[in-house]
Amino acid sequence: MRGSLAPGLLLFLALTIFVGITVYLFAIHYFSPPPPITMVGVQIDHQYDLTLYATGAAFVLAQLGLGWAVFRYRDRGKPARFTRGNTAIEITWMVMTAAVFLGLGALAAKSWAETRIAKASASAIRVDVTEQQFVYYFRYPGPDGKFGRIDPDLISAPTGNPLGIDPNDPAGRDDIVASTLTVPVNHPIELTITSQDVIHNFFVRELRLQQDAVPGMEVPLHFTPDHIGRYYIMCTQLCGMGHNQMHSFLDVVSDADYQKFLARAEAR
Amino acid sequence: MSAASQPVHTPAAASSGFFRRYVFSTDHKIIGLQYYFLALLAVTTGIVLSLMMRIHLAWPQAHWPFVSGGILRPEQYLALMTMHGTIMVFFVLTTAPLGAFGNYFLPIQIGAPDMAFPRLNMLSFWFTFAAFVCMLAAFVVPGGAPISGWTAYPPLSGLGNVTGPGEGMGQTMWIVSIGIFCIASLFASINFITTTIEMRAPGMNLMRMPLTVWAWFVTAVMSLLSFGVLLAALIMLVLDRSGGTSFFIPASLVVNGELQAGRSGGWPLLWEHLFWFFGHPEVYIAILPGMGVTSHILSNFSRKPVFGYRAMAATLCAIGFLGFLLWGHHMFVSGMNPYSSLAFSALTLSIGVPSAVKTFNWLGTLWGGQIRFDTPMLFSIGFVSFFVTGGLSGIFLAQPALDNMLHATYYVVAHFHLVMGVAAIFGIFSATYYWFPKMFGRMMDEKLGKLHFWLTFIGAYCIFMPMHFMGIYGGIRRYSDWSGATYLAALRPMHEFMTVAALATAAAQLIFFYNFFRSLASGAKAADNPWRGTTLEWATASPPPIDNFAGAYPRVYRGPYEYSVPGAAEDFTPQHLPPEAMLVNEGARNA
Repeated sequence: MRGSLAPGLLLFLALTIFVGITVYLFAIHYFSPPPPITMVGVQIDHQYDLTLYATGAAFVLAQLGLGWAVFRYRDRGKPARFTRGNTAIEITWMVMTAAVFLGLGALAAKSWAETRIAKASASAIRVDVTEQQFVYYFRYPGPDGKFGRIDPDLISAPTGNPLGIDPNDPAGRDDIVASTLTVPVNHPIELTITSQDVIHNFFVRELRLQQDAVPGMEVPLHFTPDHIGRYYIMCTQLCGMGHNQMHSFLDVVSDADYQKFLARAEAR
Repeated sequence: MSAASQPVHTPAAASSGFFRRYVFSTDHKIIGLQYYFLALLAVTTGIVLSLMMRIHLAWPQAHWPFVSGGILRPEQYLALMTMHGTIMVFFVLTTAPLGAFGNYFLPIQIGAPDMAFPRLNMLSFWFTFAAFVCMLAAFVVPGGAPISGWTAYPPLSGLGNVTGPGEGMGQTMWIVSIGIFCIASLFASINFITTTIEMRAPGMNLMRMPLTVWAWFVTAVMSLLSFGVLLAALIMLVLDRSGGTSFFIPASLVVNGELQAGRSGGWPLLWEHLFWFFGHPEVYIAILPGMGVTSHILSNFSRKPVFGYRAMAATLCAIGFLGFLLWGHHMFVSGMNPYSSLAFSALTLSIGVPSAVKTFNWLGTLWGGQIRFDTPMLFSIGFVSFFVTGGLSGIFLAQPALDNMLHATYYVVAHFHLVMGVAAIFGIFSATYYWFPKMFGRMMDEKLGKLHFWLTFIGAYCIFMPMHFMGIYGGIRRYSDWSGATYLAALRPMHEFMTVAALATAAAQLIFFYNFFRSLASGAKAADNPWRGTTLEWATASPPPIDNFAGAYPRVYRGPYEYSVPGAAEDFTPQHLPPEAMLVNEGARNA
């Protein structure tokens, strides 16, 4: 009985300190990612903050409630309060929890729909993304606006045809293949992502977007970047021994620089 | 259910030889201990693997003895990671809570002499043991252990060693091992379900079953329905690797410059659907027994009934059911239909509701209690704390819009380690400290137990809380080192902090091992009911006789958590005590 003061108090203090440190670090946005470069990214960050407030409140109440309960109700040699429960309280907190959790989900659905369900703008610049162990290839359709036919039998990176573009297809003659992704700022971009071998991924922190690259599938991903800069493209899906080295760059450039990039690439 | 309907059992005779009594025993108590020691061996292996990973992540240029070239290569790191995850999820978290404690205590808590199928029980254990040996063999076959993670997504895992080292024989051993494990689990689930339905003592209706029994029962049903799917997926994967089929392999893959001829029509996402249809219930299989144990222990040491017993039983069933409908939340960015992501998201958020109800009810159980802080209670309190922390990060991951930025980052690693790697483990620890006296007839040392608790509680939070921030910042998981992108360099100090915490916390587990084995040999003798508990395991000797109740099978007269009943002489009223045997102090306070 007497011996329950120390552990009860220690648990209360430990949980309070833990809650304090955790809330502090989240409140100061410790190690937050770089700011988003799309409008949807801003929405996603807003949804994250909303979720943080809701779960933060639950976290603080539950952990401090636990700490307080074990301190206040430590054994003091008296009878415990006999109760089997309280149906009214049960229903109340069940309904409240459901409302908060499902409410958050409903709010988040909008950002998801904008990034995945809504189609890309008709004027989007289309780039094919082909991933393989452990590199990225980005293919632009060139001035004719058409992608050339791909034949897997023709894939030969050592001889300069890593995607297997059919040389007999005139649409493919002006295709541009690059190892980084260059796009003009404030322009809708639509990627079509696939893989040649195992499952990979395309992730840019600043876009707040990622998509697995699945062999045999061509998955669209669209965004409109609104800030010039160089951003890391990371592979987040375990793809083999080179997984941690597999990355590329998204270069968002001015319109003028984008035209220069296209001209340089076509000249080759 | 009358005593006459109990199947006739002939428990193994006490005078049998060593092998019959301790190795090939059909006694559920021995089998439970066998599972427990297998899990101890597995968790030691798993921890060693994780420490090697953590040391590499903090100091990637460190020199390793016994490694050719001195520095750990990426494929070696990935092999450590694959085996760490696999061994921990299957051979610790699916083995100890259900196989060890469930086997030992389910029959006793329902007043039965053994499991319904004792020989099948023995087979389940030895299959599990064989699976573990097969898993360890993956380390020593040519090419080494697989590198595809515990999730083994094809085509990385489906084409043999053309995709990477360890993907040849190592991946095959992995598949065979888990396949054997699936069969063992299916056998075990049949046993648990039949025993719970058919062999309860007279008077033990469903609403008088301890919550541990409810948890083991729901877990067994989940196992039955999910392990079969995993087995099917593994067979398909073996056929893809060795039988020329294309369940998961699309046409015209070019791996390492080689065109993979003769394949067409396969879909990698089919594996993901099948695997996660198993994989999501699997994580609830890992945590549900711990939830049952927590309810049981919080009630015992608060000297109060479980707050909302019916709700606690119902939420176990709800979690078991809903757990089958959520698997797509592992696949939000997989290329799966985005509409189905919205459905999976809503269902995932819904399972937060019964989980929250359980948390509130645990707090309600403590509220108004007279709490004693013996070691089992400390670990159960710790379970609640870690379950809250780990569960809440799930609310972020359940929203596909947020998963866009959090998928496959350290945020996910933080989430699942806090719930599985800590909370479930705390469930195993509290069950160990609680039932050690019953299983071995000796008490564990309280001071060492408390020290073990505090070091582990603080250490585990130090290891896993920083991972949330790493993930938000863009720290990708399954990276063997973080030299690939310059922005990751900023996280190096955090890696070092976590590694130091991991080494310290792992060292603290030596206190547990020392306490466990020393107490086995020379701990103080335990009484029948050292914790003054109400359930049937405390109604028999410590350790129980071979038929559990020395022929005197109990009859049950009341619910399992009748603590501090007003008017009773003691602050606990055992389930098996007939009403006429109870001492009642009219108007007096309980002791």
